[in-house]
Amino acid sequence: MAKDKTSWRKPIKATKEMGRIMAEYFYELNDASKSRRRKIAWCTSVGPAEILRAMGFLVHFPENHGAMLGASRMATDMIPVANARGYSPDICSYLTADVGAYLKGVTPLSKAYPGIDEVPKPDVLVFNTNQCRDVQDWFAWYAKEFGVPIVGIHTHRGIVDVTEVHVPSIAGQMEALIPPLEEISGHKFDMQELKRVVGLSRKCSDLWQEVLFTAASVPSPLTFFDGTIHMGPAVVLRGTQQAIDYYELLLAELKERIANGVAAVEGERFRLYWEGMPVWGRLSAHAKLFSGLRANVLASTYCNSWIFKDFDPDDPFMSMAKAYTELFIVRADDAKEKYIEEMLEFFKVDGIIYHDAKTCPYNTNCRYGMPQRLEQKTGIPSLIINGDLNDLRMISDEQTQTNVEAFIEQLEERK
Amino acid sequence: MGDRAPAYIGVDVGSSRTKLAVFDAAKQLLGWHVRKSGTDFAATADACLQAGLQMAGRTAGDIVYTVSTGYGRKNVRFADETRTEIGCHAKGCYYYFPMAVSIIDIGGQDNKIIKIDDRGQRISFKMNRKCAAGTGAFLEEMSARLDIPLEDMDGLARKSTDMVKLGSFCTVFSGTEVLENIRRGKQVSDIVKGLFFSVIKRVMEMDSLTERVVMTGGVVANNRYLVQMAEESIGRKILVPEHPQLTGAIGAALYALEISET
Repeated sequence: MAKDKTSWRKPIKATKEMGRIMAEYFYELNDASKSRRRKIAWCTSVGPAEILRAMGFLVHFPENHGAMLGASRMATDMIPVANARGYSPDICSYLTADVGAYLKGVTPLSKAYPGIDEVPKPDVLVFNTNQCRDVQDWFAWYAKEFGVPIVGIHTHRGIVDVTEVHVPSIAGQMEALIPPLEEISGHKFDMQELKRVVGLSRKCSDLWQEVLFTAASVPSPLTFFDGTIHMGPAVVLRGTQQAIDYYELLLAELKERIANGVAAVEGERFRLYWEGMPVWGRLSAHAKLFSGLRANVLASTYCNSWIFKDFDPDDPFMSMAKAYTELFIVRADDAKEKYIEEMLEFFKVDGIIYHDAKTCPYNTNCRYGMPQRLEQKTGIPSLIINGDLNDLRMISDEQTQTNVEAFIEQLEERK
Repeated sequence: MGDRAPAYIGVDVGSSRTKLAVFDAAKQLLGWHVRKSGTDFAATADACLQAGLQMAGRTAGDIVYTVSTGYGRKNVRFADETRTEIGCHAKGCYYYFPMAVSIIDIGGQDNKIIKIDDRGQRISFKMNRKCAAGTGAFLEEMSARLDIPLEDMDGLARKSTDMVKLGSFCTVFSGTEVLENIRRGKQVSDIVKGLFFSVIKRVMEMDSLTERVVMTGGVVANNRYLVQMAEESIGRKILVPEHPQLTGAIGAALYALEISET
């Protein structure tokens, strides 16, 4: 029988501490939901969380919950429940998994955190369409379900250069959120507190960038699959000291790896860039598949999307507006391609994996000729994997494996 | 090595058929065998090996190295190593046509377009998405629906005088379109040609093609009219190797030879 390719990926020690702070975060939300002693806002993952924290809300992120449904492989059983209510299998599978789980009365939080039996109940739902239109529809469903207010920011789309035309309009929408949020929270808006929170978010973002950019080292001390796990605090705890403390710890470990020449993937032969969403239900399988071929998928647009280099505590509204509009997902292909090109060079990448996620056109960038254009320009070959972020019905593991193995063979031939 | 007559084995365990090729050290194809993959890939590969060795006049003791490929590549008990079918098809094609080509492989479960340069190195490849439209499985499904033996389809398609147009991506929807055409009284030969044309369309939309094109795979081996239709579609001659169904197995055997020499 042909030899099985072994897999080897070095575990990160700081993961234990991340588990602790994430547990604290979820239990605090759960306590508030039960006791109603603190107000809870639901927020999109790249939404104005800083405003909400500054106004005293605890913040729940349904996209994080959607990813947990995916990673726990519960999503595929939940999605059909939402499908049957008229939410198509073709729309965001975070939305359908999350709504389906709510309708079935289950949550992956219960398995991970004993004593939590439901998602925290919201007092307000706050979205930003910078991610996609689906978040608005998603939150609108819950607004009706819980009978709570929904407010949001409508971001421009397909922007080549972010200019003065775009930023003030978003800043204005953010400021317009204040009066309704004051009413719901019962707290008067405090500009100093917002500046403090934006300052913390900026520090978190800078550290997260440093963490991700350690992958530029050869060999890389980090994989994309690690990144998708360790991005948790950057998503749900940015604007807090805990996130900063955590990324300082993680960064120190990764710097130590670099100093000692420790590779995240033993015998790293190929360095790959991941473009698109992770396949949450196959994180471990994909990590094993690539590491078994001694290929490290070490960087991604996705994990980089929680780097907000424009946050400025001295000018919170305008800087948040700029940061949340500068996002990759908001931009036109010209800007996206320029960004990816820079990343390919920075991370010394041998090949690109595009994930064509069936239910997420916004985070899928291989449908308008980008792989062909970038390959022509950079000479770096690419592979498209068909799949989905959450809906495992859209996945063929065999096809993925053959495609990835063939791609690595192709890279070997070029060496 | 002494008096031993070395044999290099390539075995391609596809979703539909298992193909095996036996090569000697001079890169000559000595023997081969093809049979249904069935439900026990390992046993089928063993049976193919026996038959292939017999045809080649070799014994198991002559085997120097074996490379397996295809969906069942990891089920082959006697394989020393595996390679993907994409790499093996590229190598097998380059053996017959040592030049820069685009390879169209139509298999039972998937289609591939592989581009290689004039040194035989892969430039890119595309496989069909999850859907079976345009693959051998599509034609199998349609032959059952039309109640025509698979092997009669090529001859029927050639008799067509007024091909029906089938538009759907989806195998199930295509089945509905076929029913609709039966209801309208269309000739079966015209429907079958429409099905063939549908296969060509599904393949052509996968990727662009370079100047020289090669077609391989079991579907091509058994339905040569598809090659003619593809030639009409792209407006130029298409190359077909001597054993189109064996291309992957041949490539695997060549890998076996190459690996054992290093």
